[in-house]
Amino acid sequence: MTSREQDHTPRVPVLMLGQTLLVTLQGELQDAVAGQLQDDIVSRIAAGPVTGVVIDITGVDIVDSYLGRVLAEIASSARLMAARTVLAGMRPAVAITLAELGLTLPGLRTALDVGRALALLSHSPPTGSPPHPGRAHHADLC
Amino acid sequence: MQTSADTATTRLPIGSDADLAWVRQKVRQTATDSGFSLVQQTKLITAASELARNTLIHGGGGQLDMTVLHGGLRLTFTDSGPGIRDIEQAMTDGFTTGNGLGMGLSGAKRLVQDFSIESQPGQGTTVTVTALATPMPHPRPEHG
Amino acid sequence: MQVSEQDPAAGPAARKVGEFLRSRAEQIAQRWADAALFRTVFTVSRDEAVEACKAVVEALAEVAATGRPDDITAPGFHAVREQLGRMAATRARTGSTPAQVAGEVADLSRPAVTLLRGEFDDPAGGQAQDCVLALTVLMGTLRLVVMETTLSQGQELIERQRQQLLEVATPVIKLWEGIVAVPLIGTLDSARSQVVMESLLDAVVAERARYAILDITGVPTVDSLVAQHLMKTVAAARLMGAECIVSGIRPAIAQTIVHLGIDLGNVVTRSSLADALAHALRRQGSAVPPGTPAASLAP
Repeated sequence: MTSREQDHTPRVPVLMLGQTLLVTLQGELQDAVAGQLQDDIVSRIAAGPVTGVVIDITGVDIVDSYLGRVLAEIASSARLMAARTVLAGMRPAVAITLAELGLTLPGLRTALDVGRALALLSHSPPTGSPPHPGRAHHADLC
Repeated sequence: MQTSADTATTRLPIGSDADLAWVRQKVRQTATDSGFSLVQQTKLITAASELARNTLIHGGGGQLDMTVLHGGLRLTFTDSGPGIRDIEQAMTDGFTTGNGLGMGLSGAKRLVQDFSIESQPGQGTTVTVTALATPMPHPRPEHG
Repeated sequence: MQVSEQDPAAGPAARKVGEFLRSRAEQIAQRWADAALFRTVFTVSRDEAVEACKAVVEALAEVAATGRPDDITAPGFHAVREQLGRMAATRARTGSTPAQVAGEVADLSRPAVTLLRGEFDDPAGGQAQDCVLALTVLMGTLRLVVMETTLSQGQELIERQRQQLLEVATPVIKLWEGIVAVPLIGTLDSARSQVVMESLLDAVVAERARYAILDITGVPTVDSLVAQHLMKTVAAARLMGAECIVSGIRPAIAQTIVHLGIDLGNVVTRSSLADALAHALRRQGSAVPPGTPAASLAP
Protein backbone atom coordinates (compact mmCIF):
# COMPACT_ATOMS: atom_id res chain seq x y z
CA MET A 1 0.00 0.00 0.00
CA THR A 2 1.24 3.46 -0.80
CA SER A 3 1.25 5.78 2.14
CA ARG A 4 -1.30 8.55 1.97
CA GLU A 5 0.03 11.85 3.07
CA GLN A 6 -3.11 13.33 4.51
CA ASP A 7 -1.75 16.84 4.58
CA HIS A 8 -0.27 17.16 1.11
CA THR A 9 -2.71 15.24 -1.04
CA PRO A 10 -5.13 17.50 -2.89
CA ARG A 11 -8.72 16.49 -2.25
CA VAL A 12 -11.52 15.90 -4.72
CA PRO A 13 -14.56 17.83 -3.45
CA VAL A 14 -17.49 15.68 -2.29
CA LEU A 15 -20.84 17.49 -2.62
CA MET A 16 -24.04 16.62 -0.79
CA LEU A 17 -27.32 16.75 -2.73
CA GLY A 18 -30.10 15.76 -0.37
CA GLN A 19 -29.04 12.28 0.65
CA THR A 20 -26.79 11.76 -2.32
CA LEU A 21 -23.05 12.39 -2.54
CA LEU A 22 -21.87 13.85 -5.83
CA VAL A 23 -18.23 13.55 -6.81
CA THR A 24 -16.89 14.98 -10.06
CA LEU A 25 -13.57 13.63 -11.22
CA GLN A 26 -11.53 15.65 -13.70
CA GLY A 27 -8.56 14.92 -15.93
CA GLU A 28 -5.43 13.42 -14.46
CA LEU A 29 -6.04 11.68 -11.15
CA GLN A 30 -3.03 10.65 -9.13
CA ASP A 31 -3.15 7.39 -7.23
CA ALA A 32 -2.91 9.08 -3.84
CA VAL A 33 -5.78 11.44 -4.69
CA ALA A 34 -7.98 8.50 -5.70
CA GLY A 35 -7.10 6.70 -2.47
CA GLN A 36 -7.88 9.81 -0.44
CA LEU A 37 -11.24 10.14 -2.20
CA GLN A 38 -12.11 6.57 -1.27
CA ASP A 39 -11.48 7.36 2.42
CA ASP A 40 -13.43 10.63 2.20
CA ILE A 41 -16.51 9.06 0.63
CA VAL A 42 -16.62 6.23 3.11
CA SER A 43 -16.37 8.57 6.10
CA ARG A 44 -19.04 10.89 4.65
CA ILE A 45 -21.42 7.93 4.26
CA ALA A 46 -20.68 6.87 7.81
CA ALA A 47 -21.25 10.42 9.13
CA GLY A 48 -24.55 11.37 7.58
CA PRO A 49 -27.74 10.06 6.06
CA VAL A 50 -26.43 9.05 2.65
CA THR A 51 -28.38 6.70 0.41
CA GLY A 52 -26.59 7.21 -2.87
CA VAL A 53 -23.23 8.13 -4.37
CA VAL A 54 -22.84 9.50 -7.90
CA ILE A 55 -19.32 9.56 -9.35
CA ASP A 56 -19.17 11.67 -12.49
CA ILE A 57 -16.26 10.66 -14.71
CA THR A 58 -17.27 12.65 -17.81
CA GLY A 59 -14.02 14.58 -17.52
CA VAL A 60 -11.79 11.55 -17.01
CA ASP A 61 -9.87 10.34 -20.02
CA ILE A 62 -8.04 7.39 -18.48
CA VAL A 63 -9.30 4.70 -16.12
CA ASP A 64 -6.61 2.13 -15.43
CA SER A 65 -6.83 -0.89 -13.15
CA TYR A 66 -5.85 1.14 -10.09
CA LEU A 67 -8.63 3.70 -10.53
CA GLY A 68 -10.95 0.85 -11.53
CA ARG A 69 -10.21 -0.91 -8.26
CA VAL A 70 -10.79 2.29 -6.27
CA LEU A 71 -14.17 2.81 -7.95
CA ALA A 72 -15.18 -0.80 -7.37
CA GLU A 73 -14.14 -0.59 -3.71
CA ILE A 74 -16.06 2.64 -3.18
CA ALA A 75 -19.18 0.90 -4.51
CA SER A 76 -18.63 -2.18 -2.35
CA SER A 77 -18.02 -0.17 0.83
CA ALA A 78 -21.01 2.07 0.11
CA ARG A 79 -23.21 -0.97 -0.40
CA LEU A 80 -22.17 -2.34 2.98
CA MET A 81 -23.37 0.93 4.47
CA ALA A 82 -26.68 0.79 2.56
CA ALA A 83 -25.79 3.40 -0.05
CA ARG A 84 -25.85 2.77 -3.78
CA THR A 85 -23.18 3.99 -6.16
CA VAL A 86 -23.70 5.05 -9.77
CA LEU A 87 -20.81 5.74 -12.13
CA ALA A 88 -21.83 8.41 -14.64
CA GLY A 89 -20.54 9.69 -17.94
CA MET A 90 -17.84 7.24 -18.93
CA ARG A 91 -16.48 8.18 -22.36
CA PRO A 92 -16.62 5.65 -25.21
CA ALA A 93 -12.81 5.46 -25.55
CA VAL A 94 -12.48 4.72 -21.83
CA ALA A 95 -15.26 2.11 -21.96
CA ILE A 96 -13.66 0.38 -24.95
CA THR A 97 -10.28 0.33 -23.21
CA LEU A 98 -11.74 -1.12 -20.00
CA ALA A 99 -13.64 -3.78 -21.95
CA GLU A 100 -10.39 -4.67 -23.72
CA LEU A 101 -8.55 -4.78 -20.37
CA GLY A 102 -11.21 -7.19 -19.12
CA LEU A 103 -12.17 -4.78 -16.38
CA THR A 104 -15.94 -4.63 -16.59
CA LEU A 105 -16.70 -3.47 -13.02
CA PRO A 106 -19.71 -5.78 -12.63
CA GLY A 107 -20.67 -4.47 -9.20
CA LEU A 108 -21.09 -0.88 -10.35
CA ARG A 109 -24.26 0.71 -11.64
CA THR A 110 -23.70 3.03 -14.56
CA ALA A 111 -25.52 5.92 -16.20
CA LEU A 112 -24.95 8.06 -19.26
CA ASP A 113 -24.74 11.30 -17.27
CA VAL A 114 -25.31 12.77 -13.82
CA GLY A 115 -28.99 13.51 -14.54
CA ARG A 116 -29.68 9.90 -15.39
CA ALA A 117 -27.65 8.75 -12.39
CA LEU A 118 -29.72 10.87 -10.00
CA ALA A 119 -32.94 9.66 -11.65
CA LEU A 120 -31.74 6.08 -11.27
CA LEU A 121 -31.14 6.59 -7.55
CA SER A 122 -34.49 8.28 -6.95
CA HIS A 123 -36.45 5.64 -8.88
CA SER A 124 -35.12 2.61 -7.12
CA PRO A 125 -35.82 1.70 -3.52
CA PRO A 126 -32.97 2.46 -1.13
CA THR A 127 -32.00 -1.05 -0.18
CA GLY A 128 -28.52 -2.15 0.66
CA SER A 129 -28.72 -5.38 -1.28
CA PRO A 130 -26.16 -5.85 -4.02
CA PRO A 131 -27.44 -5.75 -7.59
CA HIS A 132 -28.17 -9.10 -9.14
CA PRO A 133 -24.88 -9.98 -10.82
CA GLY A 134 -26.56 -11.18 -13.97
CA ARG A 135 -28.86 -8.24 -14.49
CA ALA A 136 -28.28 -5.02 -16.31
CA HIS A 137 -27.55 -1.86 -14.38
CA HIS A 138 -31.10 -0.54 -14.31
CA ALA A 139 -32.78 -3.83 -13.57
CA ASP A 140 -34.42 -2.21 -10.56
CA LEU A 141 -36.27 0.23 -12.81
CA CYS A 142 -38.87 -2.43 -13.54
CA MET B 1 24.47 10.64 -43.75
CA GLN B 2 21.54 8.30 -43.00
CA THR B 3 20.91 9.57 -39.51
CA SER B 4 17.49 8.54 -38.35
CA ALA B 5 16.10 11.82 -37.14
CA ASP B 6 12.59 10.34 -37.01
CA THR B 7 13.42 7.79 -34.33
CA ALA B 8 14.09 10.08 -31.40
CA THR B 9 13.96 8.47 -27.98
CA THR B 10 12.74 10.25 -24.88
CA ARG B 11 13.60 8.99 -21.42
CA LEU B 12 11.32 9.60 -18.46
CA PRO B 13 12.08 8.63 -14.85
CA ILE B 14 9.56 6.56 -12.90
CA GLY B 15 10.17 7.15 -9.22
CA SER B 16 6.97 8.48 -7.72
CA ASP B 17 3.22 8.77 -7.99
CA ALA B 18 3.66 12.12 -9.73
CA ASP B 19 5.96 10.53 -12.31
CA LEU B 20 3.11 8.19 -13.33
CA ALA B 21 0.97 11.20 -14.15
CA TRP B 22 3.85 12.72 -16.08
CA VAL B 23 4.32 9.47 -18.04
CA ARG B 24 0.62 9.45 -18.98
CA GLN B 25 0.79 13.06 -20.13
CA LYS B 26 3.93 12.58 -22.21
CA VAL B 27 2.61 9.37 -23.80
CA ARG B 28 -0.64 11.14 -24.64
CA GLN B 29 1.17 14.06 -26.21
CA THR B 30 3.47 11.83 -28.25
CA ALA B 31 0.61 9.55 -29.35
CA THR B 32 -1.42 12.57 -30.46
CA ASP B 33 1.53 13.87 -32.45
CA SER B 34 2.00 10.44 -34.02
CA GLY B 35 -1.56 10.38 -35.35
CA PHE B 36 -3.15 7.94 -32.89
CA SER B 37 -6.95 8.04 -32.84
CA LEU B 38 -8.65 8.85 -29.54
CA VAL B 39 -9.38 5.20 -28.78
CA GLN B 40 -5.85 4.13 -29.73
CA GLN B 41 -4.42 6.88 -27.53
CA THR B 42 -6.60 5.87 -24.61
CA LYS B 43 -5.55 2.23 -24.93
CA LEU B 44 -1.86 3.10 -25.13
CA ILE B 45 -1.94 5.53 -22.21
CA THR B 46 -3.81 3.01 -20.10
CA ALA B 47 -1.25 0.32 -20.96
CA ALA B 48 1.56 2.77 -20.15
CA SER B 49 -0.10 3.60 -16.83
CA GLU B 50 -0.33 -0.08 -15.89
CA LEU B 51 3.28 -0.78 -16.85
CA ALA B 52 4.69 2.35 -15.25
CA ARG B 53 2.91 1.45 -12.03
CA ASN B 54 4.41 -2.04 -12.19
CA THR B 55 7.84 -0.47 -12.63
CA LEU B 56 7.23 1.77 -9.63
CA ILE B 57 5.62 -0.71 -7.25
CA HIS B 58 7.26 -4.02 -8.14
CA GLY B 59 10.51 -2.75 -9.62
CA GLY B 60 11.10 -0.06 -7.02
CA GLY B 61 11.25 2.56 -9.75
CA GLY B 62 13.01 2.77 -13.08
CA GLN B 63 12.50 4.51 -16.36
CA LEU B 64 10.52 4.68 -19.54
CA ASP B 65 12.17 5.01 -22.94
CA MET B 66 9.74 6.24 -25.54
CA THR B 67 10.67 5.88 -29.20
CA VAL B 68 8.67 7.36 -32.05
CA LEU B 69 8.52 4.86 -34.90
CA HIS B 70 7.22 5.35 -38.38
CA GLY B 71 3.48 5.15 -37.75
CA GLY B 72 3.76 4.00 -34.18
CA LEU B 73 5.29 4.24 -30.76
CA ARG B 74 7.53 1.93 -28.76
CA LEU B 75 7.66 2.09 -24.98
CA THR B 76 10.31 0.31 -22.95
CA PHE B 77 9.91 0.12 -19.17
CA THR B 78 13.04 -0.85 -17.28
CA ASP B 79 13.63 -1.41 -13.60
CA SER B 80 16.42 -3.02 -11.62
CA GLY B 81 14.13 -4.47 -8.99
CA PRO B 82 13.77 -8.05 -7.78
CA GLY B 83 12.63 -9.35 -11.18
CA ILE B 84 9.83 -11.78 -11.89
CA ARG B 85 10.32 -15.41 -10.94
CA ASP B 86 7.45 -16.84 -12.96
CA ILE B 87 6.60 -14.67 -15.95
CA GLU B 88 3.84 -16.99 -17.09
CA GLN B 89 2.12 -16.68 -13.73
CA ALA B 90 2.61 -12.90 -13.68
CA MET B 91 0.91 -12.70 -17.07
CA THR B 92 -2.21 -14.46 -15.79
CA ASP B 93 -5.39 -12.44 -15.34
CA GLY B 94 -6.08 -11.73 -11.71
CA PHE B 95 -2.55 -12.53 -10.52
CA THR B 96 -1.37 -9.78 -8.24
CA THR B 97 1.24 -9.12 -5.65
CA GLY B 98 0.50 -5.41 -5.47
CA ASN B 99 -2.65 -3.40 -5.05
CA GLY B 100 -4.28 -3.40 -8.46
CA LEU B 101 -6.83 -5.79 -9.84
CA GLY B 102 -4.14 -8.13 -11.15
CA MET B 103 -4.77 -6.86 -14.66
CA GLY B 104 -1.50 -4.95 -15.00
CA LEU B 105 0.65 -7.10 -17.29
CA SER B 106 -2.01 -9.23 -18.95
CA GLY B 107 -4.29 -6.23 -19.44
CA ALA B 108 -1.55 -4.04 -20.88
CA LYS B 109 -0.70 -6.79 -23.35
CA ARG B 110 -4.26 -6.74 -24.70
CA LEU B 111 -4.08 -2.99 -25.31
CA VAL B 112 -1.02 -2.98 -27.57
CA GLN B 113 0.03 -4.66 -30.80
CA ASP B 114 3.31 -6.08 -29.56
CA PHE B 115 4.39 -7.03 -26.06
CA SER B 116 7.59 -8.58 -24.77
CA ILE B 117 8.92 -9.07 -21.29
CA GLU B 118 12.36 -10.02 -20.05
CA SER B 119 13.14 -10.67 -16.45
CA GLN B 120 15.60 -12.54 -14.30
CA PRO B 121 15.21 -12.92 -10.54
CA GLY B 122 17.43 -10.28 -8.96
CA GLN B 123 18.23 -8.55 -12.22
CA GLY B 124 15.24 -6.39 -12.90
CA THR B 125 12.54 -6.42 -15.54
CA THR B 126 12.22 -4.92 -18.99
CA VAL B 127 8.85 -4.70 -20.70
CA THR B 128 8.66 -3.46 -24.28
CA VAL B 129 5.39 -2.66 -26.00
CA THR B 130 4.67 -1.32 -29.46
CA ALA B 131 1.46 0.32 -30.58
CA LEU B 132 0.66 1.29 -34.14
CA ALA B 133 -1.40 4.27 -35.23
CA THR B 134 -3.46 2.29 -37.70
CA PRO B 135 -5.75 4.77 -39.38
CA MET B 136 -9.37 4.13 -38.55
CA PRO B 137 -12.30 5.57 -40.42
CA HIS B 138 -14.12 8.20 -38.48
CA PRO B 139 -17.34 6.76 -37.07
CA ARG B 140 -20.25 8.57 -38.62
CA PRO B 141 -23.62 7.75 -37.11
CA GLU B 142 -26.49 8.03 -39.52
CA HIS B 143 -29.77 9.19 -38.22
CA GLY B 144 -32.73 7.41 -39.75
CA MET C 1 26.59 18.19 -48.94
CA GLN C 2 29.92 17.61 -50.77
CA VAL C 3 30.90 13.99 -50.81
CA SER C 4 34.53 13.57 -51.71
CA GLU C 5 36.28 10.74 -53.50
CA GLN C 6 33.35 8.43 -53.52
CA ASP C 7 33.50 7.28 -57.11
CA PRO C 8 36.24 9.02 -59.10
CA ALA C 9 34.21 8.80 -62.31
CA ALA C 10 30.69 9.46 -60.96
CA GLY C 11 31.55 12.37 -58.63
CA PRO C 12 32.96 15.01 -60.99
CA ALA C 13 30.97 13.70 -63.98
CA ALA C 14 27.75 13.86 -61.99
CA ARG C 15 28.48 17.42 -60.91
CA LYS C 16 29.14 18.33 -64.51
CA VAL C 17 25.78 16.78 -65.42
CA GLY C 18 24.27 18.94 -62.68
CA GLU C 19 25.65 22.08 -64.31
CA PHE C 20 24.38 20.91 -67.68
CA LEU C 21 20.87 20.28 -66.32
CA ARG C 22 20.74 23.72 -64.76
CA SER C 23 21.91 25.56 -67.86
CA ARG C 24 19.72 23.58 -70.27
CA ALA C 25 16.65 23.27 -68.02
CA GLU C 26 14.43 25.18 -70.46
CA GLN C 27 15.37 23.04 -73.50
CA ILE C 28 14.99 19.77 -71.61
CA ALA C 29 11.66 20.87 -70.18
CA GLN C 30 10.37 21.79 -73.63
CA ARG C 31 11.20 18.31 -74.90
CA TRP C 32 9.83 16.47 -71.88
CA ALA C 33 6.57 18.37 -72.01
CA ASP C 34 5.76 16.44 -75.18
CA ALA C 35 6.67 13.07 -73.65
CA ALA C 36 3.81 10.75 -72.73
CA LEU C 37 4.32 11.08 -68.96
CA PHE C 38 3.76 14.84 -68.81
CA ARG C 39 1.51 15.22 -71.86
CA THR C 40 -1.11 12.82 -70.49
CA VAL C 41 -1.11 14.31 -67.00
CA PHE C 42 -1.11 18.02 -67.83
CA THR C 43 -3.82 18.01 -70.45
CA VAL C 44 -5.08 21.52 -69.88
CA SER C 45 -2.08 23.64 -70.67
CA ARG C 46 1.32 22.90 -72.12
CA ASP C 47 2.89 25.69 -70.05
CA GLU C 48 1.85 23.82 -66.95
CA ALA C 49 3.58 20.72 -68.28
CA VAL C 50 6.75 22.73 -68.99
CA GLU C 51 6.71 24.13 -65.45
CA ALA C 52 6.33 20.64 -64.01
CA CYS C 53 9.21 19.40 -66.19
CA LYS C 54 11.42 22.26 -65.02
CA ALA C 55 10.78 21.35 -61.40
CA VAL C 56 11.89 17.79 -62.10
CA VAL C 57 14.99 18.96 -64.03
CA GLU C 58 15.93 21.25 -61.13
CA ALA C 59 15.52 18.42 -58.66
CA LEU C 60 17.75 16.22 -60.80
CA ALA C 61 20.33 19.01 -61.08
CA GLU C 62 20.39 19.31 -57.30
CA VAL C 63 20.84 15.57 -56.83
CA ALA C 64 23.58 15.49 -59.50
CA ALA C 65 25.38 18.37 -57.79
CA THR C 66 25.89 16.20 -54.71
CA GLY C 67 27.96 13.86 -56.86
CA ARG C 68 25.82 10.87 -56.01
CA PRO C 69 23.39 10.28 -58.87
CA ASP C 70 22.39 6.87 -57.49
CA ASP C 71 21.08 8.10 -54.13
CA ILE C 72 17.34 7.45 -54.10
CA THR C 73 16.99 9.19 -50.74
CA ALA C 74 18.78 12.36 -51.90
CA PRO C 75 17.14 15.49 -50.44
CA GLY C 76 16.98 16.91 -53.97
CA PHE C 77 14.09 14.57 -54.74
CA HIS C 78 12.00 15.78 -51.78
CA ALA C 79 10.86 18.85 -53.68
CA VAL C 80 9.32 16.86 -56.51
CA ARG C 81 8.20 13.75 -54.67
CA GLU C 82 4.73 15.14 -54.07
CA GLN C 83 4.41 16.29 -57.67
CA LEU C 84 5.59 12.90 -58.93
CA GLY C 85 3.12 11.26 -56.58
CA ARG C 86 0.24 13.28 -57.98
CA MET C 87 1.33 12.47 -61.51
CA ALA C 88 1.61 8.79 -60.71
CA ALA C 89 -1.84 8.88 -59.10
CA THR C 90 -3.32 10.52 -62.18
CA ARG C 91 -1.76 7.86 -64.42
CA ALA C 92 -3.03 5.14 -62.08
CA ARG C 93 -6.58 6.52 -62.25
CA THR C 94 -6.51 6.33 -66.03
CA GLY C 95 -5.53 2.71 -65.76
CA SER C 96 -1.76 2.75 -66.19
CA THR C 97 0.19 0.10 -64.37
CA PRO C 98 3.26 1.10 -62.33
CA ALA C 99 5.38 -0.65 -64.99
CA GLN C 100 3.90 1.52 -67.74
CA VAL C 101 4.57 4.66 -65.74
CA ALA C 102 8.15 3.51 -65.14
CA GLY C 103 8.52 2.98 -68.89
CA GLU C 104 7.36 6.52 -69.51
CA VAL C 105 9.95 7.83 -67.10
CA ALA C 106 12.62 5.83 -68.93
CA ASP C 107 11.56 7.51 -72.18
CA LEU C 108 12.61 10.87 -70.71
CA SER C 109 16.21 9.74 -70.74
CA ARG C 110 16.83 9.81 -74.51
CA PRO C 111 16.10 13.51 -75.23
CA ALA C 112 18.22 14.56 -72.25
CA VAL C 113 21.15 12.37 -73.30
CA THR C 114 20.99 13.72 -76.88
CA LEU C 115 21.21 17.28 -75.55
CA LEU C 116 24.06 16.34 -73.25
CA ARG C 117 26.08 14.79 -76.08
CA GLY C 118 25.68 18.03 -78.04
CA GLU C 119 27.54 19.84 -75.27
CA PHE C 120 30.78 18.10 -76.09
CA ASP C 121 33.16 18.77 -78.97
CA ASP C 122 33.96 15.08 -78.99
CA PRO C 123 30.75 13.20 -78.10
CA ALA C 124 32.66 9.89 -78.14
CA GLY C 125 35.41 11.11 -75.82
CA GLY C 126 36.07 9.79 -72.35
CA GLN C 127 34.66 12.82 -70.53
CA ALA C 128 31.44 12.73 -72.58
CA GLN C 129 31.06 9.02 -71.90
CA ASP C 130 31.43 9.56 -68.16
CA CYS C 131 28.81 12.30 -68.19
CA VAL C 132 26.34 10.26 -70.25
CA LEU C 133 26.84 7.39 -67.83
CA ALA C 134 26.23 9.68 -64.87
CA LEU C 135 23.06 11.08 -66.46
CA THR C 136 21.82 7.58 -67.26
CA VAL C 137 22.37 6.53 -63.65
CA LEU C 138 20.56 9.66 -62.50
CA MET C 139 17.57 8.97 -64.75
CA GLY C 140 17.50 5.41 -63.45
CA THR C 141 17.30 6.76 -59.93
CA LEU C 142 14.43 9.04 -60.93
CA ARG C 143 12.66 5.99 -62.30
CA LEU C 144 13.06 4.22 -58.95
CA VAL C 145 11.75 7.26 -57.10
CA VAL C 146 8.68 7.34 -59.34
CA MET C 147 8.17 3.58 -58.96
CA GLU C 148 8.35 3.88 -55.19
CA THR C 149 5.91 6.77 -55.19
CA THR C 150 3.51 4.95 -57.53
CA LEU C 151 3.48 1.87 -55.35
CA SER C 152 2.84 3.81 -52.16
CA GLN C 153 0.07 5.73 -53.93
CA GLY C 154 -1.53 2.40 -54.86
CA GLN C 155 -1.30 1.19 -51.29
CA GLU C 156 -2.83 4.40 -50.03
CA LEU C 157 -5.67 4.04 -52.49
CA ILE C 158 -6.36 0.47 -51.37
CA GLU C 159 -6.18 1.51 -47.73
CA ARG C 160 -8.54 4.42 -48.31
CA GLN C 161 -11.05 2.27 -50.16
CA ARG C 162 -10.87 -0.36 -47.45
CA GLN C 163 -11.70 2.26 -44.85
CA GLN C 164 -14.52 3.72 -46.89
CA LEU C 165 -15.95 0.22 -47.15
CA LEU C 166 -15.68 -0.24 -43.41
CA GLU C 167 -17.45 3.03 -42.84
CA VAL C 168 -20.20 2.39 -45.34
CA ALA C 169 -20.77 -1.09 -44.00
CA THR C 170 -21.53 0.02 -40.44
CA PRO C 171 -24.25 2.65 -40.35
CA VAL C 172 -25.72 3.35 -36.94
CA ILE C 173 -29.44 3.95 -37.07
CA LYS C 174 -31.56 5.77 -34.55
CA LEU C 175 -34.57 3.48 -34.22
CA TRP C 176 -36.46 5.38 -31.57
CA GLU C 177 -35.88 8.10 -29.03
CA GLY C 178 -33.11 6.65 -26.88
CA ILE C 179 -32.62 3.53 -29.00
CA VAL C 180 -29.85 3.11 -31.56
CA ALA C 181 -29.06 0.05 -33.67
CA VAL C 182 -26.38 -1.17 -36.00
CA PRO C 183 -27.39 -3.89 -38.46
CA LEU C 184 -24.27 -5.88 -39.29
CA ILE C 185 -23.95 -7.45 -42.70
CA GLY C 186 -21.06 -9.62 -43.76
CA THR C 187 -18.06 -11.04 -42.00
CA LEU C 188 -16.88 -9.40 -38.82
CA ASP C 189 -13.13 -9.15 -38.56
CA SER C 190 -11.13 -7.43 -35.89
CA ALA C 191 -10.85 -4.05 -37.64
CA ARG C 192 -14.52 -3.95 -38.46
CA SER C 193 -15.59 -4.97 -34.98
CA GLN C 194 -13.53 -2.08 -33.69
CA VAL C 195 -15.30 0.36 -36.01
CA VAL C 196 -18.70 -1.07 -35.09
CA MET C 197 -17.95 -0.71 -31.40
CA GLU C 198 -16.76 2.88 -31.74
CA SER C 199 -19.63 3.94 -34.00
CA LEU C 200 -22.24 2.40 -31.75
CA LEU C 201 -20.82 3.89 -28.55
CA ASP C 202 -20.42 7.33 -30.12
CA ALA C 203 -24.06 7.11 -31.20
CA VAL C 204 -25.03 6.21 -27.63
CA VAL C 205 -23.48 9.48 -26.46
CA ALA C 206 -24.80 11.56 -29.37
CA GLU C 207 -28.37 10.25 -29.02
CA ARG C 208 -28.27 9.87 -25.24
CA ALA C 209 -29.41 6.33 -25.91
CA ARG C 210 -30.30 3.91 -23.16
CA TYR C 211 -30.41 0.99 -25.56
CA ALA C 212 -28.03 -0.08 -28.28
CA ILE C 213 -28.98 -2.98 -30.54
CA LEU C 214 -26.39 -5.02 -32.39
CA ASP C 215 -28.23 -6.93 -35.09
CA ILE C 216 -26.22 -9.84 -36.48
CA THR C 217 -28.88 -11.24 -38.84
CA GLY C 218 -26.56 -10.57 -41.77
CA VAL C 219 -23.45 -12.06 -40.21
CA PRO C 220 -22.82 -15.47 -41.80
CA THR C 221 -20.87 -17.10 -38.97
CA VAL C 222 -20.13 -16.43 -35.35
CA ASP C 223 -16.89 -17.89 -34.08
CA SER C 224 -15.34 -17.38 -30.69
CA LEU C 225 -13.51 -14.26 -31.89
CA VAL C 226 -16.71 -12.59 -33.08
CA ALA C 227 -18.45 -13.62 -29.87
CA GLN C 228 -15.62 -12.02 -27.91
CA HIS C 229 -16.04 -8.78 -29.84
CA LEU C 230 -19.77 -8.81 -29.20
CA MET C 231 -19.22 -9.29 -25.50
CA LYS C 232 -16.66 -6.48 -25.37
CA THR C 233 -19.12 -4.14 -27.06
CA VAL C 234 -21.83 -5.14 -24.62
CA ALA C 235 -19.48 -4.60 -21.68
CA ALA C 236 -18.35 -1.20 -22.96
CA ALA C 237 -21.95 -0.06 -23.53
CA ARG C 238 -22.87 -1.12 -20.01
CA LEU C 239 -19.93 0.84 -18.57
CA MET C 240 -21.33 3.91 -20.27
CA GLY C 241 -24.77 3.35 -18.84
CA ALA C 242 -26.51 1.82 -21.84
CA GLU C 243 -27.85 -1.67 -22.35
CA CYS C 244 -26.66 -3.49 -25.44
CA ILE C 245 -28.95 -6.11 -26.95
CA VAL C 246 -27.71 -8.61 -29.53
CA SER C 247 -30.42 -9.55 -32.00
CA GLY C 248 -30.76 -11.68 -35.10
CA ILE C 249 -29.29 -14.86 -33.70
CA ARG C 250 -30.43 -17.41 -36.26
CA PRO C 251 -30.96 -21.04 -35.18
CA ALA C 252 -27.75 -22.20 -36.89
CA ILE C 253 -25.75 -19.51 -35.11
CA ALA C 254 -27.39 -20.29 -31.79
CA GLN C 255 -26.32 -23.90 -32.22
CA THR C 256 -22.79 -22.92 -33.21
CA ILE C 257 -22.52 -20.76 -30.11
CA VAL C 258 -23.62 -23.67 -27.95
CA HIS C 259 -21.33 -26.16 -29.71
CA LEU C 260 -18.32 -23.88 -29.39
CA GLY C 261 -19.08 -23.63 -25.70
CA ILE C 262 -19.14 -19.83 -25.92
CA ASP C 263 -20.70 -18.29 -22.86
CA LEU C 264 -22.52 -15.13 -23.85
CA GLY C 265 -22.93 -14.57 -20.14
CA ASN C 266 -25.20 -11.70 -19.28
CA VAL C 267 -25.72 -10.54 -22.82
CA VAL C 268 -29.38 -9.86 -23.57
CA THR C 269 -30.21 -11.64 -26.82
CA ARG C 270 -33.30 -11.61 -29.03
CA SER C 271 -34.02 -13.60 -32.16
CA SER C 272 -34.98 -10.62 -34.31
CA LEU C 273 -34.39 -6.89 -34.49
CA ALA C 274 -38.13 -6.35 -33.91
CA ASP C 275 -37.99 -8.39 -30.71
CA ALA C 276 -35.00 -6.41 -29.54
CA LEU C 277 -36.79 -3.12 -30.24
CA ALA C 278 -39.90 -4.35 -28.42
CA HIS C 279 -37.74 -5.36 -25.46
CA ALA C 280 -36.07 -1.94 -25.38
CA LEU C 281 -39.38 -0.09 -25.71
CA ARG C 282 -40.95 -2.16 -22.94
CA ARG C 283 -38.02 -1.49 -20.65
CA GLN C 284 -37.96 2.15 -21.56
CA GLY C 285 -41.73 2.40 -21.23
CA SER C 286 -41.59 2.35 -17.47
CA ALA C 287 -39.09 5.17 -17.41
CA VAL C 288 -40.55 7.55 -20.01
CA PRO C 289 -43.58 9.71 -19.19
CA PRO C 290 -46.95 8.40 -20.45
CA GLY C 291 -48.17 9.68 -23.80
CA THR C 292 -44.92 9.24 -25.69
CA PRO C 293 -44.98 6.79 -28.57
CA ALA C 294 -42.64 4.51 -26.67
CA ALA C 295 -45.14 4.00 -23.88
CA SER C 296 -48.15 3.55 -26.13
CA LEU C 297 -46.40 1.02 -28.31
CA ALA C 298 -45.10 -1.08 -25.49
CA PRO C 299 -46.90 -4.43 -25.45
